[in-house]
Amino acid sequence: MTITIPPKSNKESEGLQPKGFLRYFSFSLDHKVIGIQYLVCGFLFYLVGGALASAIRIELTSPISDFMPRDVYNQVLTLHGTIMIFLWIVPVVNGAFGNYLIPFYVGARDMAFPRLNAVAFWLIPPAGLMLISSYFINGAAQSGWTAYPPLSITTPAAGQIIWILSVLLLGGSSIFGGINFIATILKLRRPGLKLMQLPMYCWAMLGTSILVVLSTPVLAGTLILLSFDIVAHTGFFNPTLGGNVIVYQHLFWFYSHPAVYIMVLPAFGLVSEILPIHSRKPLFGYTTMVYSIMAIVFLGLIVWAHHMFTSGTPPWMRLFFTIATSFIAVPTGIKFFNWVATLWGGKISLNSAILFSCGFIVNFVLGGITGVALAQVPFDIHVHDTYFVVAHFHYIVYGGSVFVIFSSIYHWYPKFTGRMLNEKIGRIHFILTFVGFNLCFAPQHWLGMNGMPRRVAEYDPQFTFVNQLSSFGALLMALSTLPFLWNVIHSSFKGEIAGENPWQALTPEWLTSSPPPVENWLGEAPLVTDPYGYGKKQLQEQFNDLESEKQ
Amino acid sequence: MTTITPIDQSPKEQEVQHDLHADHRLFGLVAFLIADGMTFAGFFAAYLTFKAVNPLLPDAIYELELPLPTLNTILLLVSSATFHRAGQALNKSDSKSCQKWLLITASLGLAFLASQMVEYFTLPFGLTDNLYASTFYALTGFHGLHVTLGAFMILIVWWQSRQPGGRITSQNKFPLEAAELYWHFVDGIWVILFIILYLV
Repeated sequence: MTITIPPKSNKESEGLQPKGFLRYFSFSLDHKVIGIQYLVCGFLFYLVGGALASAIRIELTSPISDFMPRDVYNQVLTLHGTIMIFLWIVPVVNGAFGNYLIPFYVGARDMAFPRLNAVAFWLIPPAGLMLISSYFINGAAQSGWTAYPPLSITTPAAGQIIWILSVLLLGGSSIFGGINFIATILKLRRPGLKLMQLPMYCWAMLGTSILVVLSTPVLAGTLILLSFDIVAHTGFFNPTLGGNVIVYQHLFWFYSHPAVYIMVLPAFGLVSEILPIHSRKPLFGYTTMVYSIMAIVFLGLIVWAHHMFTSGTPPWMRLFFTIATSFIAVPTGIKFFNWVATLWGGKISLNSAILFSCGFIVNFVLGGITGVALAQVPFDIHVHDTYFVVAHFHYIVYGGSVFVIFSSIYHWYPKFTGRMLNEKIGRIHFILTFVGFNLCFAPQHWLGMNGMPRRVAEYDPQFTFVNQLSSFGALLMALSTLPFLWNVIHSSFKGEIAGENPWQALTPEWLTSSPPPVENWLGEAPLVTDPYGYGKKQLQEQFNDLESEKQ
Repeated sequence: MTTITPIDQSPKEQEVQHDLHADHRLFGLVAFLIADGMTFAGFFAAYLTFKAVNPLLPDAIYELELPLPTLNTILLLVSSATFHRAGQALNKSDSKSCQKWLLITASLGLAFLASQMVEYFTLPFGLTDNLYASTFYALTGFHGLHVTLGAFMILIVWWQSRQPGGRITSQNKFPLEAAELYWHFVDGIWVILFIILYLV
C-alpha cells in the first residue's frame, strides 16, 4: 500500500512542537516521540544500572570486601535494583513500546490523553536523576529495593527519603501511563475493530495497566507511611513503638509481586507480535492467550505472600499462597506452548529479533520452573534470601523482559528510524548476551542451594570459583552492550533503508511510512481485523491437498 | 484473511479526523479514582491488620469521641446532595442557581475541614503518641487532603462558571462533572473511614 498524497499539515501542532532531533527533548505530545523518549531514557538508565551490576560482580570476585566499603556495596545494590526495575524495565516495556505501538494497534492518531502522557514521561528523568544524585549527596538508600523496615528506618535517613520520593514519582508516572493505556485500548479503538481482533500486545498492556492501577497506589500509600516513620518518628512499621513490620511486607508485596507481571506481561505481548511475523504463521491459540493474560492478572493480585514464607506466615496463608502461586504456572504454560506452537513448522527467518525472542522462551521457562519451585514452602524456606532467588529473579526479568526488549528493538528499529540494523552485529550481540547471561546466573542457582546469602559483600571462600565464573558471565554481558550501541548509533546514519514494511508484517504500524507521519497515517486509519493472518492461504491449500490425498 | 479497508485520501476527510473523537476524560478520571481508592484500601487494610494483631500498648491513650465526626459525616453527605443540585441546575442552564449550590457545597466542605481541625486540637493524643494515634492522623489527614483539594476544585469551578465567556455551560460541563464525581468519591471514602475508625 503506497500513499502518495503529501500529509495535511496541522498548523497548530506544528507551530507548538519543535521538529527534527530537538523534538525528543521537548514536551512533545506525539505518542511516537514519547515512546522513543521512554526507550532512550530507559536505556541510559540501563547503562547506569549495568555499571552498578558490574561493580557488584567485581566485588564478588573475591570472598572478602575489598573493591568498595560495605555500606557503599549496600547503596550500589539498592540503586542497581531500583534503577533496573523502576527506570529501565517498567518504563521501557510499558511506556516505550506501549506508547509507540498501542495507538497504531487500536487504529488511533494518538493516546487518549496526550498531555497526561507527556507528563508521565517527564516525571521519569527528574526522579531518576534525583535517585542517582542521592549517592553523591549523603549516601544513597541502603536497604535494598524492598526497603524493608526496620532496616530502612535505621539506615541513614536522607538517602532513604530521596529513594521514597523518586519511587513515588515513578509510581505516579506509571499510574498515569496505566490510565492512559486503559482509556486508549477500551475507548479509542477504530470503529469496526473488535476487542478480540486486537493484536496480543494490546491485551497484555490492558492486563498490565489494570495491575498498575490497582496495585501501584498501595505501594505509594505504604511508602508515605514509611516516610512518616523516618521523618516524623511515627511507629507504623517500627516494632519498638508498637508497630508491625509484617504489615509493610504485605503492602509492599501487594504491589511488588504484580510488579513482576507489570515487567513481564508486556514482554509476553511483544513476543506474541514478533514470533508470528518472523515465522510467517498465525499466532497459535489467540483466545487462550487472551484468557491466560487475564488469568495471570487475576492470580497475580492474590499471590503476594509467597515472598513472605519466612516472615512467620500462618499455615493457612502458606497453603493458600502456595496453591495460588502454583496455579499461575497454568496460564503461563499455556502461553509458552502457544509460542512454541507458533514457531512449529513455520518459515522461520533466523534474524536477531527472533533469536532474542527464542532466547526469551528458553530463559523464561527456566525462570518459571524455579519460580514454581520457590512457591513450595519447604523449598522456599531452604533457599529464601539466597542467590537462588537472585538467579530466579534475573532469569525472569533479564532472561525474560530484557531479552524481549532487545528483540523488540531489532524488530521495530526499522519503523522507529526508517533504517535496518546490522544483522551480523545483532547476532554477535545475541550470542554474547545469551552466553554471558546464562554463565552469570545459572551458577547462582548452585550458590543459593549451597547457602550463599544475597545482598552481602562477603562470602564463604568455598564459593570463590563459582562466583568468579558468574562474574566472567557478567563481563560478557557488559561487553555485549558495545556491539549493540555501535549498531543502533551507526545504523541510524548508515543503515540500509528499511522501507514501509521490511518484515511483510500485517499489523497496522507497518502500513505507513517509516518513520510514520505525525498523525500515524496520511489517510484514514487502516482496519486490520486479522493481525496474524500469515500464510493462511498456503495453509488452506495444504489442507485441501491433504483432503484430496485422503479421497 | 486480512481486511484492510480502502483508504480515503481526500484532504477534507483528514481535516475532520484530527479533533473528532469522543471526550474520554471522565473515563480517565474514574480510572484515577479507582487508583486513588486503592491507596485508601491499603491504608484501611493496614489499620485493620494493626487492630487485629497489635494491641494498644499499656499506657497509650487512644480515645475518640463521636459527636464531632458524626456532624462531619452529615456535613459531607449534605454537600454531596448540594453538589448534585448544582449539576441539575446546570443541566437546566440555570447558572445563577448552579453558582449558589456550588458555593453552598464549598462552604460545607470548608466547614468539614474546620470541624476536623477542632477535633484535631481537642484530641488527647498527638501524631507520634502511639500506633493508633499515628494511624488515625494518617488516615484522616490523607482524607482531609482530598477534601481540601476538592474544596479548591469546587471554588475553581464556581469561579469559572461566573466567567461571562460561558466556560461552564450545559454544553461544556466536564469541569463540574469531574469535580462532582471526585467530591462524591471523597464523601464515600469518608463514610467507610467513619465506620472503620469510629464505629467498629
